[in-house]
Amino acid sequence: MKNRTFFWFFAPTALAMLLFIAFPIVSIIMQSVFAPHEAILIESENCGPFGCTTETVVDQEAMETLNAERPWGRFAGLEIYTNRGHLATSEVAEAWRTTDSMGAFFSELGDLPFYRAMAFTLTYTFVCTPFLIMLGFAVAVAVNSLHRRVKGLMIFFSLLPMIVPPLIGALVLFWMIDSRGVLGQLVSWMANDPTLSLKASTPLVWISLIVYGVWSSAPFAFVVFYAGLQTVPKDTLESAQMDGATRWQQIRFVVIPHLAPLVTFVALIQLMDNFRVLEPIIGFQAQAHAESLSSFILSDLGGETRQLSSAAATSVLTIIGVAILLSPVLVRTWRDFRGRSH
Amino acid sequence: MESSGVDRRPLSLKIGLWIFVGIWFVIAAFPFFWTVWGSFKVELDFFSIADWTNAIFGRNTEATHGSPFTLAGYEGAFIQEEFWRNAINTLIVCVCVVTVSLTIGTLGGYALSRSGKKYVFWFLIIALMFRALPQVALVSGYLPIFFDWNVWGYLPTAIIVLVAINQPFTLWMLHSFFESIPKDLDEAAMVDGCTQFQAFRHVIIPVMWPGVITTGLFSFLLAYNDFIVTTMILNEGNRTMIPQIAAFLGTTYTEGNVMFAVAAVVSATVPLFILVMFFQRQIVSGLTAGAVKG
Repeated sequence: MKNRTFFWFFAPTALAMLLFIAFPIVSIIMQSVFAPHEAILIESENCGPFGCTTETVVDQEAMETLNAERPWGRFAGLEIYTNRGHLATSEVAEAWRTTDSMGAFFSELGDLPFYRAMAFTLTYTFVCTPFLIMLGFAVAVAVNSLHRRVKGLMIFFSLLPMIVPPLIGALVLFWMIDSRGVLGQLVSWMANDPTLSLKASTPLVWISLIVYGVWSSAPFAFVVFYAGLQTVPKDTLESAQMDGATRWQQIRFVVIPHLAPLVTFVALIQLMDNFRVLEPIIGFQAQAHAESLSSFILSDLGGETRQLSSAAATSVLTIIGVAILLSPVLVRTWRDFRGRSH
Repeated sequence: MESSGVDRRPLSLKIGLWIFVGIWFVIAAFPFFWTVWGSFKVELDFFSIADWTNAIFGRNTEATHGSPFTLAGYEGAFIQEEFWRNAINTLIVCVCVVTVSLTIGTLGGYALSRSGKKYVFWFLIIALMFRALPQVALVSGYLPIFFDWNVWGYLPTAIIVLVAINQPFTLWMLHSFFESIPKDLDEAAMVDGCTQFQAFRHVIIPVMWPGVITTGLFSFLLAYNDFIVTTMILNEGNRTMIPQIAAFLGTTYTEGNVMFAVAAVVSATVPLFILVMFFQRQIVSGLTAGAVKG
């Protein structure tokens, strides 16, 4: 295909991505290094029958001209990144100097909102992903051994947790684990503690969110692995059986190596998706116990005062996190590509 | 695997497998059945402190409404809170997003699969990176500009943003479907005097229908399931279903009308249930398209 033709075919989608994905990245980088102008205050003296009072008011006119001259705001450099709400460099340095053990240092870090969000996001990502891959694989092997008719039905119901909007999936589970819901009562009956509430303690909230994460994404792993199982070479399996391999050995040495590329694929997609976790936190109303980087940005953006600079700084830091997470994959793809072209 | 293994599988293994599949079935499907059943009850039954079997038999519902089933939640959501408006907005958004996404996505995906130049690799890698970006980070980039231009709050804005944000995914999926169509087909058409666009339009698209339908399904799901874009960009009057459900939670917990939210959640799930019923094969093939074909 000629470059010219390629350009015309590709232009609409490239334009859409340029305007609504590439440009906003530039926009948030700009926003994150500019802070809103500080209010220009003027003192005015009001004299009435009971004497004079001075009051301080915002000079609206001066603010307007200032905003018109410099619409981005006041240049703040990296100030927003290093303040207490984000990387909190001075607090971290302080904690490093004053604490004598790693445990104490990390508990100090846990008091800083950004690090708390980071801790939850990383825990969620790196706990959910292996669990959902294992569950998905187990379900795929089990369903694959069923009768053909039952298989279709099982796939249908297995798709549900994944296909529903994440907010709806989270709500459906949340209503069940409510202390008045059926699962919440079951858990408190098993723990023999009628006052137990899964919503009240931080570790339990984290566990519930991770359970949601595995529940909602295992179907994806299941479907991909199930499709992979249909392509396992039959002769290899048969010769393994001839050689006296047990069932477990067949799975371990024939099936798993065959599915290895799919495991990488599922892990990549799920790491990317889990790192952006947001809806379950909203659905579980868990912001008090668990903030993710995305929900951290959302709470800056929502509310009465939209703290755009703060949200932008967190967004940039999150994107850097995604880039780090994605880099091994990109390096590998790049090597594959180089290897192919030489 | 199945044909060779079935007969020789010991009974204990068979039973174990059946139990495991049964447990998974309950984990996957039971929450939905429970919520659907509970949506026809009053709140005291759905959240029952006294006795959990109330949620099954609806004793409080019978006491209030004279029957163990009531449509009160649905009436509250659809008539009092006018949830049908949100449903219509969702329909508009989904139809527009699917149409625009597929139009520009098929053109782009076709170009990527037929070019053979080195830059194609880079476009695909950039698309992959774009797909990994947290959407909420992008939305925080739009907001000040949308406010300045006075386009915040309207359906077309949300539609354009949703199309653009989901374009990387659409491109990857369509690219892998186009790759599976032999290149000789459009080359032959062009030898016969077609332009590249005519070859695309009259030769490739007719054989691409399965891929287009599958990708369309996923565009639909992405638009339907979206929470961030619709919540942050639409104003109160233009909300689609998902942000409205989130809004129910904010207001109804205090009013004690959580059943509105339950009814709304069930109503928003039903179309997806039907969709999966009819298009299960396409959804499965779409999920695996990227993986199996590499």
